[in-house]
Amino acid sequence: MTDTLLALATIFSQLSLLAFGGGNTILPEMQRQVVEIHHWMSPQDFSAMFALAQAAPGPNMMVVTLVGWHVAGWPGVLVTSLAKFGPSSILTGVVLHLWQRFKDKPWRATVQAGLVPMTVGLVAASAALITQASAHTWGLAAIAAACALITYKSKVHPLWVLAAGALLGFSGIGQV
Amino acid sequence: MTTETIITDQNTVRQTPAPSSRELFLGFLMLGLIGFGGVLPLARRIIVEQRRWLTAAEFTDMLGLCQFLPGGNIINLSVAIGLHFRGVSGALASLLGLIAAPSAIVIALGVVYQRFQDNPSVQHMFAGLAAAASGLLISMALKMLMPILKKPLPLLIASLFFISIALLRLPLLPTMLVLAPLSVIAIWKLPS
Repeated sequence: MTDTLLALATIFSQLSLLAFGGGNTILPEMQRQVVEIHHWMSPQDFSAMFALAQAAPGPNMMVVTLVGWHVAGWPGVLVTSLAKFGPSSILTGVVLHLWQRFKDKPWRATVQAGLVPMTVGLVAASAALITQASAHTWGLAAIAAACALITYKSKVHPLWVLAAGALLGFSGIGQV
Repeated sequence: MTTETIITDQNTVRQTPAPSSRELFLGFLMLGLIGFGGVLPLARRIIVEQRRWLTAAEFTDMLGLCQFLPGGNIINLSVAIGLHFRGVSGALASLLGLIAAPSAIVIALGVVYQRFQDNPSVQHMFAGLAAAASGLLISMALKMLMPILKKPLPLLIASLFFISIALLRLPLLPTMLVLAPLSVIAIWKLPS
């Protein structure tokens, strides 16, 4: 148990400091760690947890809490939450003081612009891996494609899209 | 105190008094509870327009910092705002307020998921939900990709990240240590 908690702490504190461009950029690494390296769950379970976290309110990184809970119960929730939110929060606190000094420096804009392609590549990687794990029958692939198209083309609220997906899934069409 | 300094003081005073840790906790608790599918637009409305903790310019400034640093924007924002008004205890109050309700809700959903794992209908429902969530992620990736689609250099760098992470399944830390500086230097030095 202690080993598991230690592993969770190591993984998520590292992810905390690597999450440039928001939470969705670290999903592939999170999946690699919890599925491929530690075998705590299947890729399908991971995608399902990501989906549950998307259906819940709040910040979009609540999948972290769910992974901690699945792997090690309440101690897992505590450890993953501390590890995921602690290091980046401390960094924010430290940099807050310096921010006034460097926010108008040209290098800040350069670094930020330079990291945009990285964020795009990582979010695309997240989309590919999560879709690969969750759209494994033609019915589910159709739901994923339809939801992608609808949210790409219109401004419908994501929650409606998720509800429609769950309802279509419930019908069981194209899932056997 | 001269009249002049009093006037200066009045000009620098914000419209409302600085929020207490308790108010910060409750404000972010509400944000966590009602913020479905992206908390940021809602955060601006509550923090700037309703509670008037920050002016629009202060909000934009702080958000700039939070987007620059690793971690979720809204998570960082809660820490920065809490720290700004009430130091470490304010930061803790804001962060805990923000994640308390969503944590409880996702765990409850997780319990339901595990409890009904053997029920085919519920399984199908969760499979549909997961497929829909992946669809949302696809459209998000597409929307981010469009602005750089006709710019060869950013597109190349994004592709390198995609190949390393999604196809080769390389670990993120070494990939970032190599590719992130290259990315910044390339965008900075080379015309795209």
